[in-house]
Amino acid sequence: MGTGRSEELDLGQAPGRPGRAAYDGPLLAVDDLSVTFTRRGRRDVRAVDGVSFAIRPGETVGLVGESGSGKSVTALAVMGLLPGRGVRVGGSVRLEGEELLGASDDRLRDLRGREMAMVFQDPMTSLNPVVSIGVQVTEVLRRHRDMTREQASVEAASLLRRVGIPDPVRRLKDYPHQLSGGMRQRALIASALACRPRLLICDEPTTALDVTIQAQILDLLRQLVRESGTALLMITHDLGVVAGLCDTVHVMYSGRVVESAPRRPLFGSPRHPYTGGLLASIPRLDAPRGAPLHPIQGSPNDTIPWESGCAFAPRCEDRVDACTTSAPALEVRGNASVRCWNPLPPPGRTAAVQEVRA
Amino acid sequence: MTAPHELGAAADPRTAMVLAGAEEGGSLGRDAWRRLRRDPAAVVGFLLVVLFVAVAVLAPWLAPYSPTDTPGQGTVTPTNIPGPSAEHWMGLDNLGRDELSRVLYGARQSLIIGVVSLLLGASAGILLGLLAGAFGGWVDNIVMRVVDMMLAVPQLLFAIAVAAMLGQSLTSVMIAIGVTNVPVFARILRGSMLAQRGSDYALAATSLGVRRRFVVLRHVLPNSLSPVIVQGTLALATAIIDAAGLAFLGLSGSDPAVPEWGRMLSETQRFLASAFHLAVFPGLAIVVAALGFTLLGESLREALDPKYRR
Repeated sequence: MGTGRSEELDLGQAPGRPGRAAYDGPLLAVDDLSVTFTRRGRRDVRAVDGVSFAIRPGETVGLVGESGSGKSVTALAVMGLLPGRGVRVGGSVRLEGEELLGASDDRLRDLRGREMAMVFQDPMTSLNPVVSIGVQVTEVLRRHRDMTREQASVEAASLLRRVGIPDPVRRLKDYPHQLSGGMRQRALIASALACRPRLLICDEPTTALDVTIQAQILDLLRQLVRESGTALLMITHDLGVVAGLCDTVHVMYSGRVVESAPRRPLFGSPRHPYTGGLLASIPRLDAPRGAPLHPIQGSPNDTIPWESGCAFAPRCEDRVDACTTSAPALEVRGNASVRCWNPLPPPGRTAAVQEVRA
Repeated sequence: MTAPHELGAAADPRTAMVLAGAEEGGSLGRDAWRRLRRDPAAVVGFLLVVLFVAVAVLAPWLAPYSPTDTPGQGTVTPTNIPGPSAEHWMGLDNLGRDELSRVLYGARQSLIIGVVSLLLGASAGILLGLLAGAFGGWVDNIVMRVVDMMLAVPQLLFAIAVAAMLGQSLTSVMIAIGVTNVPVFARILRGSMLAQRGSDYALAATSLGVRRRFVVLRHVLPNSLSPVIVQGTLALATAIIDAAGLAFLGLSGSDPAVPEWGRMLSETQRFLASAFHLAVFPGLAIVVAALGFTLLGESLREALDPKYRR
């Protein structure tokens, strides 16, 4: 990343807002969050179960898991974007100490876009096809910063330039189908950052993009976080993204956090067998040609309910008897928290064990 | 995992090239317009519609006689109604009036009925659909049950009932046909809005704190309108046919001197054996006008439907 160009991306600290200084807890505190989908005549589905984490300003936290592990639902719950009916949300989500669960719709609408914003997975469908980019970016400026149309479009052009869109004034008049995928994601990031939110949630922002564009978008996010002190919640199933971006990582499985650790220990010595399996499944460039990949056995559907044991037990190679009789709690072990009856050995012995396995 | 590279894409010549090569010009509308022009059915439909509207507007200049003139007075008897000739291209009717002039003037009546009933039906239907689609929940439930009740009655029967209730006048015919259009438009808009409400961009707009009315009016509604536009052209075709049907059944404007295709057909019944041409030409006119709107509507549907896009 060219450090000489950093002034171009200077989104600045969020403008001083009164009443802020007194608070020095985490920016976002999610405590025992649970989301249950209910439908008449069907069994309730608990998509998120007792998830807790916190993000400090300027920190990047990763929420990792495979499809259906509850990571996107967690993000939607934080933003208050889950549908009103058929969903039960429990626990607590506090933004700078303010409880968001149960907050009024008006209050949430005021916060969304201004204090917290979200970038979605698919830039192809997240922009309205019949409205110009300019309208879609200025919309949030006019909503939260009371700008006139002219002010907003000047500001929108500079936002587009900051996220790396060339010729922004012309691009404002363009429609989404005239932009490439990477450009669209940049435009979406621009509108998410328009009001300098304190919390940015990215739900797999690079999944729909090709690899070189992925790298550019991740660089952009990294730079934004560093320079604006925005807290970033990164939701992904791509451990490469985690490795490049996140300070702290929470690994989710079947709606619960199974391992929380800072990035280095997580990659160096995963403690939960699921995390270990995820890391082992990454194809290695230095592996000999034709070497078999190491998938995690089974599929995410092979779970047992958390009430009667560990949901990962049916797929786990290190299963012990306790795994299928009672659910393990999230326990602090070393510098990580692990939810497992028989965790992988701590650093030092890992190498030996993995050699034995191989 | 990420290689160092420049962030500002303007500095990257490859990006600039890709951008220059990106599809130039035009919104979705222009895109659809291009597809429409390539579609022969659309072109034919469009020409027929233009012909129909031109005839309706220019009837006084195109028609050789006034619709009330009786150039054939004296020569026409109930058993001898002359057919097409060099002087009267479509022949004379039972009262000695020039059939061509009456068919040309008849287009005006059909156009007025079609357009006014469409405006009435579409605006009421769109309003109901917007209510149901924007609010959902119990509002949606109530609106849709009312619409279901209206749909339960066959369209023409419904129009006949309304026209009979309101009495013999052009207005009542237009209202009757308009009313039958209401449930159709309401349903189409509501369904299409419900589909768009769950879309990613609606969620994305909501996630930025955009107010609900803006999400609905700026994002959901414009994306939901294309099936409504298509239905509009198709409704014009059915309105013309319905108007003819009502007139044929004796429910038309009160002034029998004003030529109207449906009534011309019904009055012809008695002379069908001796004056076949009196049934052919108004019938043909109805077919051509309805066909034009139908062809145009169907191709418009394909042009606006993303599934047909290449």
